Amino acid sequence: MTDTTNSPDTNNRKLKSSARIGSGSLKKLRSRKKARYASERRFKYLGLSAILVSVGFLVLLLATIVGSGIPAFTYNYVKLPVDLTKIEADNPADGNYTKPVRDSISEVIPYMSGRKDKRLARGIISGGASIEVRDMVVADTALAGQKTDIAVPVSDFADLYLKGLTAKPLVSSPQAEITISGLEDEVDITLDRNVFNGFLGRVKETIRAEAARLNTRMVNLQLSLDNQRQIVQNSENELAVESAKASVASLESQLAGFKNKYDALIARRDNSTSREILDQGMPSLLLKVGGGVVKVNEVEGASAKGEVLIPLKEAAASAGEWQMQEILEAEENRKFSDKEVAILDRLVDEQRIETRANLIFFTKGASREPELAGIWGAVVGSFFTMLITLALSFPLGVAAAIYLEEFAPKNKITAIIEVNINNLAAVPSIVFGLLGLAVFLNFFELPRSAPLVGGMVLALMTLPTIIIASRAALKAVPPSIREAALGVGASKIQSVFHHVLPLAMPGILTGTIIGMAQALGETAPLLMIGMVAFVVDIPAGIFDPATVLPVQIYMWADFPEPGFQQKTAAAIMVLLVFLVLMNALAVLLRKRFERRW
Amino acid sequence: MALYILGALLVVALAAFIIGRARAISIAGREISSLHSRPTYHGGFLAIWASVPAFLATILLASLSGRYVENAVLDKFSDTLSSIGSAQTQAFLRDVRSLAETAGETGRQVILSTKGELREQAELAAELYTSQISTVNVAMLVLSVILVLAGGVYGYTRIRVEKRNRHFVEKFITGILVICSAVAILTTIGIVFSLIFESIRFFQKVPFFDFLFGYHWSPQSAFENASGTSLAGDNSRIFGAIPLFVGTFLITFIAISIAAPLGLMSAIYMSDYASQRFRAIAKPVMEILAGIPTVVYGFFAALTVAPAIRGWGEAVGLSVSSESALAAGVVMGIMIIPFVMSLSDDVINSVPQSLRDGSYAMGATRSETIRRVVLPAALPGIVSALLLAVSRAVGETMIVVMAAGLAANLTINPLEAVTTVTVQIVTLLVGDQEFDSAKTLAAFALGLVLFVITLCLNVYALYVVKKYREQYD
Repeated sequence: MTDTTNSPDTNNRKLKSSARIGSGSLKKLRSRKKARYASERRFKYLGLSAILVSVGFLVLLLATIVGSGIPAFTYNYVKLPVDLTKIEADNPADGNYTKPVRDSISEVIPYMSGRKDKRLARGIISGGASIEVRDMVVADTALAGQKTDIAVPVSDFADLYLKGLTAKPLVSSPQAEITISGLEDEVDITLDRNVFNGFLGRVKETIRAEAARLNTRMVNLQLSLDNQRQIVQNSENELAVESAKASVASLESQLAGFKNKYDALIARRDNSTSREILDQGMPSLLLKVGGGVVKVNEVEGASAKGEVLIPLKEAAASAGEWQMQEILEAEENRKFSDKEVAILDRLVDEQRIETRANLIFFTKGASREPELAGIWGAVVGSFFTMLITLALSFPLGVAAAIYLEEFAPKNKITAIIEVNINNLAAVPSIVFGLLGLAVFLNFFELPRSAPLVGGMVLALMTLPTIIIASRAALKAVPPSIREAALGVGASKIQSVFHHVLPLAMPGILTGTIIGMAQALGETAPLLMIGMVAFVVDIPAGIFDPATVLPVQIYMWADFPEPGFQQKTAAAIMVLLVFLVLMNALAVLLRKRFERRW
Repeated sequence: MALYILGALLVVALAAFIIGRARAISIAGREISSLHSRPTYHGGFLAIWASVPAFLATILLASLSGRYVENAVLDKFSDTLSSIGSAQTQAFLRDVRSLAETAGETGRQVILSTKGELREQAELAAELYTSQISTVNVAMLVLSVILVLAGGVYGYTRIRVEKRNRHFVEKFITGILVICSAVAILTTIGIVFSLIFESIRFFQKVPFFDFLFGYHWSPQSAFENASGTSLAGDNSRIFGAIPLFVGTFLITFIAISIAAPLGLMSAIYMSDYASQRFRAIAKPVMEILAGIPTVVYGFFAALTVAPAIRGWGEAVGLSVSSESALAAGVVMGIMIIPFVMSLSDDVINSVPQSLRDGSYAMGATRSETIRRVVLPAALPGIVSALLLAVSRAVGETMIVVMAAGLAANLTINPLEAVTTVTVQIVTLLVGDQEFDSAKTLAAFALGLVLFVITLCLNVYALYVVKKYREQYD
């Protein structure tokens, strides 16, 4: 745009305003200047805040992911005295490991006797513990035939508790004397001072918060209920009416349930006596007294009723000799019962728990159990897929770029190819997945879920990126290089391959790495060609069923277990590390080797 | 087998290269310069003749042999197979293949899907299959050996002092370059044809206009009667794609209304206000934001943004779906910010400094210059950048798959769950399904719509730039 931009219209306006200023006072001029400067500042800060908001999003994203991913890099193991005397050293793979592991659990947790309690105790150890032990013995046959302490992973909920992610108990040692009516089962607890009052206050608070929460949920439910009722009355679509009727019924019953709960809570909130019954929906109070643990069911300022979780040795303790453990998160909301808390805390006190780097995460393939699931299978799958992608897209892309930039006559066909490549770069990636499904899987009948097909699809997807980057790099080599080569008698091909291409290589490699980084993070097209399969084995070649890192992330993100949430975040961290490394390499190449002519 | 032959051919090519080169040097004697082409070209010449014909023949045979052998097996067992459906015939063939593959190995269990008499037939067929395959393999090997020898002899006799083998080799290389650049065209053709063919099959089951303008989308209730043909009346009622288009539009709209102002303002600040040092830090940060895989954004949307929006909504008494369009749209907007920013940054930077200087000389402030001079000059480029951003948002998959819903609600309320075209493509195609059902074919029809929309947006974006661009120099 040249000076014609100042259209007559704006010129007129300026003329008019200047006329006004001429006749007006200096004050007016000053205030106008002030306003203009203020708008200038506003505009500048608007721009700055736009950048800060964008960077803020990045920080929030990374903080979320690192925050929830970091815990997954360590894992808690429990040392169990596993009796392997019956395992033969010659043939350790076939031995029975389930029973020795179970026995060792009973040995470590002897105070859990009933069938239900025993199952609960076993639930603290990972379900794959016996397989872990077997793998350990197979790797080191010296373990067979003896009884030693072997560290096995705890279950994922136990691990979350140990990391303080399910509930964090508040521990205190009250200065009061405690007497307990028995050593087992139901007991009465008496104190010489009102040390439970603080806890009682927190219980009341919980009740109040819970009531408020229920109230808003009931209001929301009522809203959607009204909504659905209206659909039933007014809609003419039969299908919609049917589904609305069904949801009205379920909403009504839900609402009734909430109402009952709410009424009960209100009654308790308004209850003026200080005695509180601690049910599943309330905070828990555990007392560590005389070598055992008591769970409090009913509590008052200086007395309580409770149930013994771990049998006591002495029925009384003096001030400071016992501990109070408050868990404010209600038992029904945390999937880790008070009994399990008691057992696990006991194991910690006995120093049987140790925190280690989570090797399983880096060395194993997929699993349904969060504690046994690892990313190695996906990493290997990604490696094979990237290998195919690189082997196809790099030579093809560079060759195409050389032809288009150096040899192609400027005619309609090459113009079409150019437009076509630019458009291909903007085609949604999922469309490449559809292409792979229709052509590679259904027409050529290549194996499903194989890195071969995944690599081919991703190669087609990255091809435009590599071609565009390579053409730019070739274009940047000055014509004098070509002319000099031709001048000393080289053929066109020789001049390109011996002189131009080596000089353009850093730029080409930079573009290729960026294209590969894109391909490494790509998910959607691989879903289309069946790389979402649940693959336990580590893939051994490009024809084996496999999955890749981003797809693994997608699959884990869908699992409801909280353990998988952390694995997902941790896997994202691993993926991001790979991507950052690749991008850093690209930047390094650009900085180090790129020449400006 | 074909893979081994191809591997062997690589070795042959290398050997032929060395032999040809040595031959050229030996016939030239003392004076290498008497050769028309340098010895390497003679080596390359021999390598091409010795390996390329055999290479092509092997690939051709290998790609045809699978179909041929299967047809031979099907012909032989046509009596048994004529009575069963096509799905069972496929199962039969699968069993034959896995039986044939494991025939030599003992102790490996094969999981078979056929039973009884069919299974016995399958075992017989497996023997036939194995023998046919070995015949094909032998044929492939013999043919390659013949071609290698014939080509090698032909090439070897044509290594002479005056022979212009460099021209041959260079033409060959140019040919390969042409073929490589045709791959891009082939990809486009492949995309267009696979989408169109499958879509045509879909539109035979569901009328075109019922699909494009129908209001009800619930492909999960699609069912087919016993003979395999679908009830066209039912299908035309449940494959109405309007809710998907509206959902896609809604999420794209939210994303663009976040990305456009933020991206544009960031670009303006970066190009006209930011100091050199600020740029040096902020640019790479934005590049990191652009390089984060979309699956990560999807996880972020589902884990953090959606619950947060739900929480805020409930705090002010709104009922918010846990898979609200707002959450997916906001995160998609964040994803597109760097894209919009880097495109508009280029455009704004390409406005010549003389325009700015002229404006400053008239006494305008920076913001006035930007608003009145730079932005109008850059407008075509910015519009094109926004169009490209829209195209990107429409085609984006992972964020919506992880954060948006599956239920096809026809609504423009951003607090409710909507579904998009890409989400439906993924849900229809993930998992094992028969390839001929209306459900899977619907995914291709949706893919075609997606392809056409994004293509139009891209082409129009390029057109806008070309048509309205100002020429400064």
